[in-house]
Amino acid sequence: MKRARVWLLTMTVLMLAALAFGVPDGSWMRHVPAKDHERKNPYEGQADAVAAGKFVFFDHCAQCHGENAEGTKKRPSLRSARVQQEATEGDLHWLLVNGNMGRGMPSWSKLGDPQIWQVITYVKTLSK
Amino acid sequence: MLSLPSRVGQWRRCFLYVLLAAAASAACRAQERPYFVTYSHEMEEPGNLEIEMFSAIGKPPGGNRFLGSTTEFEYGAKAWWTTEFYLDGQTTWHDSTIFTGYRWENRFRPLLREHRINPVIYMEFENTSADKSLREVVGHDGRPDFYDTNAVARADKERELELKLILGSNFRGWNLSENFIAEKNFTDEPWEFGYAWAASRPLKLAASAHKCAFCREKFMAGVEMYGGLGDALGFGLRNTSHYLGPAINWSAPNGMTFSFSPQFGLNDYSIPRLYRFGIQYEIEQIVNRFRRGD
Repeated sequence: MKRARVWLLTMTVLMLAALAFGVPDGSWMRHVPAKDHERKNPYEGQADAVAAGKFVFFDHCAQCHGENAEGTKKRPSLRSARVQQEATEGDLHWLLVNGNMGRGMPSWSKLGDPQIWQVITYVKTLSK
Repeated sequence: MLSLPSRVGQWRRCFLYVLLAAAASAACRAQERPYFVTYSHEMEEPGNLEIEMFSAIGKPPGGNRFLGSTTEFEYGAKAWWTTEFYLDGQTTWHDSTIFTGYRWENRFRPLLREHRINPVIYMEFENTSADKSLREVVGHDGRPDFYDTNAVARADKERELELKLILGSNFRGWNLSENFIAEKNFTDEPWEFGYAWAASRPLKLAASAHKCAFCREKFMAGVEMYGGLGDALGFGLRNTSHYLGPAINWSAPNGMTFSFSPQFGLNDYSIPRLYRFGIQYEIEQIVNRFRRGD
């Protein structure tokens, strides 16, 4: 009986941990400060930025999110409504700078702002 | 039993096979800093394995020229945790080529968001002897350590715990990193201290809209400085060595990064000149590649 209780408790903790750390639920969007949420992409709509962003995407993002950004087993699709409609470009910039490290998304601040905006410009074209 | 040259040949062949196997798999373009001693707060991407070879060539006045090398396997266990295993070796002219030991390090990012200054906790266990790779300089490390023959130097086993506080900042494309080092030999030697700092920036921040191998954004340039700060019995700059030099790297289209840095000893206790070079190759999502079966 005691062993069963320990087993149940362990499973519950593991499942909660999986829920907390394994599922990309978009909760990061709640943490984006208002001024970041409102930020405008200086490259918005520029064809060159889309082309450059595509290279950045293939170099750094495709390994986890898939070459067509459709997501992989553990990593979310970037074609989802959350990324394409709900999140502003400012939200995505905040996410790329800060990452979501508890859930496996590293910080990409090392790319610098121009490349981060370029890759966002490319990702936002994927819904079209 | 194999002779020394055949054993060295075997290691070289083995490393070549690993590189070929890596080249056959998908690589990603690592955006690495051109630092040789200093750590930045940037961690290995989770699931990626980076194979790195760093070497330092130098010659103490009146002593023999040496080439110290490390082969490193750096794995991103989590976005906030990077683990790395090193194999060290060195060649001393007019002496011998020897395997000098191994190291295992772990780096943790305690703050899970990007801040103006980002701390990383570094812990390393090392088991080396006669090491000449100069991957860190602490205590009273300096020129006198390089005059012993390999046979003599190997007798001095160094089993050490090394702790670092890494602070890093990224601002407008610049990276500024500072390391504070404390190292303790497991014998009754005192704690030794050291420092390292570096700054770097890509030559261009925005990516090009066309494929190119030698675009300016593929190059990163900077400066690096490091040295010892004495030990718990005598903290300070007396009998310590210090080095300063520019550093540059190039991220090649095949996923390799080549780094180079000439470094200059800043006092008589230092090796006058060191030439450092490195090759890095990153294999993306290595565990998944075995799992997928596609």
